[in-house]
Amino acid sequence: MKILIVGGGMGGTILGNNLARRLAPEMRAGKVQLKMLSASDKHMYQPGLLYLALGRMTPDELYRDQVSLLEPGIDFEVDPVVSFELDHNQVKTKSGKTHGYDILVIATGSRPVPEMIPGLAENAETFYTEETALKMFKRLQAFQGGRVVIAVGVPHKCPMAPLEITFMLHDYFKDRGIRDKVELHYTYPVGRVHSLENVAKWAAPEFDRLGITYETLFNMKEVDGANKVVKTEEGSEAKYDLLITIPAHKGMEVIESNKLGAGGFIPTDKTKLTMEGRTNVYVIGDTTNIPISKAGSTVHYQVETLGENLAAIVKLGSPVREHDGKVFCFIECGKDRATYATFNYTVPPDPKPPTRAVHWFKMAYNKLYWTSARGLL
Amino acid sequence: MAERIVVDARGSFCPGPLMELIARLKFAAVGEEIEVLSTDKGSAADIPEWLRKVGHELLDTREEAGVWHIALRKSK
Repeated sequence: MKILIVGGGMGGTILGNNLARRLAPEMRAGKVQLKMLSASDKHMYQPGLLYLALGRMTPDELYRDQVSLLEPGIDFEVDPVVSFELDHNQVKTKSGKTHGYDILVIATGSRPVPEMIPGLAENAETFYTEETALKMFKRLQAFQGGRVVIAVGVPHKCPMAPLEITFMLHDYFKDRGIRDKVELHYTYPVGRVHSLENVAKWAAPEFDRLGITYETLFNMKEVDGANKVVKTEEGSEAKYDLLITIPAHKGMEVIESNKLGAGGFIPTDKTKLTMEGRTNVYVIGDTTNIPISKAGSTVHYQVETLGENLAAIVKLGSPVREHDGKVFCFIECGKDRATYATFNYTVPPDPKPPTRAVHWFKMAYNKLYWTSARGLL
Repeated sequence: MAERIVVDARGSFCPGPLMELIARLKFAAVGEEIEVLSTDKGSAADIPEWLRKVGHELLDTREEAGVWHIALRKSK
C-alpha cells in the first residue's frame, strides 16, 4: 500500500512519524510505502513568530531541517505538488514526476493574504512570516507613542493571536516605560471580543482593567495609509498611528488552482477527515474547510485520530474511530501569565484565570514542539 | 439558478458561525445565496444584525430540531 502525504508542516510531519511507528513492521516487510512531498527542506515553528515580533525569540530558534524530524523509513522529497489527479490516484510535482498512491493525505496548510484588503499590506505590521515579524520588531522598537490599532482578518490562523498580541503589547510598552503614551485599541470581526463566548467573557474585563479599548463587528474593508485610517464593511472607521493586523488567510494556491475548494480550503468530513466525495483522500489542518480553529493543536489531535485510522486500515481493513474535534490553545495574557482553552465539537471551553505556571508551560512547549513534531509528545 | 452554498457551522465554537459566514462570503459572487447551519442560538440574532450593518439581504431564519438555518443573499 502506498501512502502519500503532501505537505511537511506540523500536520504532515506528525502524521508521517505517527504512521512510521505504527506501521514499522509493514514498512520493513515492504508492504507499506510512506512518502512525503513538501515545498521546503526546512520546518518552521510558526507560533514562535509572535515572540520574534516582540524580540523574545530569534529566527534560528524557529527552524529545524525537515529530515532531522522524520522517522527513518519515510521517503521524503522536496518537490511540491502542482497537480492533483484524484480520479487517477496520482499527483504531479514541480520537477515533473508522477507519484501514485492508494491513500493520499493533503496537509498543505494556509497562507496569510493581507493583500486581499486594499492598503493593508503596505500600511500594517504583522507577524505571520519571518520577514514581517522582523519588520514589526523593528517598527515596535522605533515606536515612541500614539494610537495602536489591532485589526483582524477572516479567516485567520491561530484564533488566540489577536488577544495574545494585544496583551503582550500592553506589557511590552509598559516595560519600555511608554504605556501611558500608547493607546491600545483592539478590534474584532464578530459581536464580542473573541469568538469563544467564555474567552470573550474573560477577556473583555481584562481589557477594561488594563485600559485597552475595544470595538466589535469590525471587518476591514480598506486602509487609507495617507490619512492613517482603517475603514470597515460595517461603515465605521478607526484612526491609527501604528496598525497591527492578524491578516486573513487562504489555503495554498495549488489547492485553488486544482479547484479542490473555495479559497483553497477543501470540503472535508469533520469526523472521518475524508475529502468530500472521496474515500481514499484525507485532509487535515488548515487545509480543511471544517469550522474549527486553524491552529497547530487542531491538526495535532486530528493526526492522533487519522494515524490510528490509517494504521487500522492497513492492519484491520477499516478505520476504528471518528474524530471529536479536540483543540487545546494556550493564551498568553502578557509577558508572564497565560491560560488555555480546550474544547471539541460538543464541549465548549471554560478558561481559568491566567497563571505564571501556564505561561512557563507555554515557554517549555516552545522548545518541546520539536518533540511534538517528531510524534513523541 | 445556482445552488445555495451551505456553511455547516454546527458544533463550531471557534471560529463560530458568524466568522465562518464572513470567511465564506469573501469567495461568493454577488447574488449568490448562502445558508448557515448553526447549533448556537446566538447566531439567530448575531448573523441578522451583522447582515443589516453590512448590507447583505437576509432571506429567512428558522429553527428545526435545535439547528438554526439562516439564509441570505450576498448583495455587494
